[in-house]
Amino acid sequence: MSAGTEVALTREHGLELLREMMRIRGFEDRCYQLYGEAKIRGFLHLYNGEEAVAVGAMRALRPGDAIVSTYREHGHALARGIPMNKIMAELFGRQTGCSRGRGGSMHIFDASRRFYGGNAIVAGGLPIAAGLALAQQLQRQSDITACFFGDGAVAEGEFHETLNLASIWKLPVLFLCENNLYAMGTALERAQAETDIAAKARAYRIESTAVDGMDVSSVEHAVNNAADKIRNQGGPAFLEMRTYRFRAHSMFDPQLYREKSEIEAWRKKGPIVTLTTRMKALGLMTEEDYRRLEDDAASEIDAAVQFADSSPWEPAADLERFVYAERAS
Amino acid sequence: MPSAPPEAQARLSYRDAVREAIRCALRGDPRTFLMGEDVGRYGGSYAVSKGLLEEFGDERIRDTPLSESAFVGAGIGAALAGLRPIVEVMTVNFSLLALDQIVNNAATLSHMSGGQLNVPVVIRLATGAGRQLAAQHSHSLEGWYAHIPGLRIAVPATIDDARYMLAAALESPDPVLLFEHLYLYNMEGSLTPGIERVDLEHAAIRRPGRDVTLITYGWSLYKCLEAATTLASEGIQAEVLDLRTLRPLDDATIVSSVRRTRHAVIVDEGWRSGSLSAEVTTRLVEQAFYELDAPVARVCTAEVPVPYAKHLEETALPSAARIASAVREMLTRGGSA
Ligand SMILES: Cc1ncc(C[n+]2csc(CCOP(=O)(O)OP(=O)(O)O)c2C)c(N)n1
Ligand SMILES: [Mg+2]
Repeated sequence: MSAGTEVALTREHGLELLREMMRIRGFEDRCYQLYGEAKIRGFLHLYNGEEAVAVGAMRALRPGDAIVSTYREHGHALARGIPMNKIMAELFGRQTGCSRGRGGSMHIFDASRRFYGGNAIVAGGLPIAAGLALAQQLQRQSDITACFFGDGAVAEGEFHETLNLASIWKLPVLFLCENNLYAMGTALERAQAETDIAAKARAYRIESTAVDGMDVSSVEHAVNNAADKIRNQGGPAFLEMRTYRFRAHSMFDPQLYREKSEIEAWRKKGPIVTLTTRMKALGLMTEEDYRRLEDDAASEIDAAVQFADSSPWEPAADLERFVYAERAS
Repeated sequence: MPSAPPEAQARLSYRDAVREAIRCALRGDPRTFLMGEDVGRYGGSYAVSKGLLEEFGDERIRDTPLSESAFVGAGIGAALAGLRPIVEVMTVNFSLLALDQIVNNAATLSHMSGGQLNVPVVIRLATGAGRQLAAQHSHSLEGWYAHIPGLRIAVPATIDDARYMLAAALESPDPVLLFEHLYLYNMEGSLTPGIERVDLEHAAIRRPGRDVTLITYGWSLYKCLEAATTLASEGIQAEVLDLRTLRPLDDATIVSSVRRTRHAVIVDEGWRSGSLSAEVTTRLVEQAFYELDAPVARVCTAEVPVPYAKHLEETALPSAARIASAVREMLTRGGSA
């Protein structure tokens, strides 16, 4: 893992990264609870453990860049700056949600932030990302497209077709593979002949690096470098983020496929603990700072739940709206 | 086979019935194996195949990578070579990534080879909406597949069909797609004593009636039965016809029912335009036009990608209430007396 070299961490920057990760963690812990209370329904895929990837990556990307995500996208959406209220309201199925309650947890969109959504078909976002990047290239923009997907997506034809296309057309797309070692219950080594995912991208002649996805600074640094390279020299880049999900795949997963001890071992490397420990050791933060961040997150989350719960429903009479465009594009 | 012990009539879920069907197939025919995403270690995304890996081992319970086109195609290839694969595609939504293999290979090879080749593959897919999974996880595309000559499309709606349709599908020399509505997996019931096999040709009358025929399949069957109960309390006797197979359609049973009731309402979780319900309507117009006392009516899913929010999803999907009111409207307006 070469791209993970450390940049000097300042108190301010470190606390910002930590704040973002803690917002996401807290938000999702609440979602888990709200699922139990049947406020949130459908599929709910939590990002618990993987927060460093979204936070580090979004820090390094610019507002004009396009983002394509998966069904496990709460972290991406929050780190992108989509208001927590709108995300929570979407999970509650309310009119005030980002997709007016039509999408739910797996389909968060925010056109104003160029967030092209959670896609619930594994690898379904990759070709779209190539298209967004093609538009950026044809319009001579310096913006790029960042595309998140899991290790499971690597087995799909759409992954291979898109990497090849992006490479031959030199598209400004940054592929961000969140390798959490499992696709539902299928361990990477049981699904892939070559488990070095970064190497697969090299086979398409795409510059590719594996990154410690549990370390937010490494992620930020790697995405910064890759994005700069794409902006300056054109062509795609690929980063394999090595990470781990602490919770179940979704709310219906008995987790028969992995040992508790494995989860515990990874928890010790969790992105929030490690950053906190490091900053404390460097004298950059105190336990009090941590408490303050925790309180800030809790009050933002409380407010979001309050907002969602008191929001109106989309009128059922409007069911058939938006199937076709209501405005000229 | 020894006669069924009394506990065979114990209650079981639709999920258990499908699992038992797979288990029996694997025990009875060494050419059969199950493959699909997370069918092994995970126990099946809807827990259908739970325990089968332990019983049959990983050669016959094969976890696949997320490569729908490749493993569905591999099922087709293995079937060409004489095996009897059961391929589980987690849901019909993901079968779109395998559409080329299903439509261009499975459906064509027998005819295109002048009858030299057969593709006795069985593809099981979860289908349907109703669990707030939003558009990309709520498709009902079985009617769409029923457009394709060369495929056989079957939809087990009852515990008996869940238990025995797989065996009939495996006996077929043709590719069979079995659509299991995800809402039905938890449904409990018991097997009908005396039934040990079913066919893939005939529709079934699930409730007899003389005033109107409700033509349906899958989860909608239960909505129709509920509507029929409501209507009965109002003095309307609705017959409920479960299509069971969408291709081929059992015209004889459909037409003979409608000839008796002179009224037909088709209930389909698919969309209305260019749909299975349109096909059934057309057949009634072609074969029973002069016996109809009212235009055929349809209760289908609203023409929207199925939304997440519960109230929107419920509004979009067929319901017992919508079915009952379609019947009332037909019978009052039709003035059939
Ligand atoms: C094409 C397709 N096949 C199957 C599924 C069902 N499914 C949803 S998530 C998932 C696992 C994906 O794993 P990975 O890409 O590693 O992402 P992770 O969930 O680990 O973040 C599967 C099999 C799907 N949504 N789309
Ligand atoms: Mg994964």
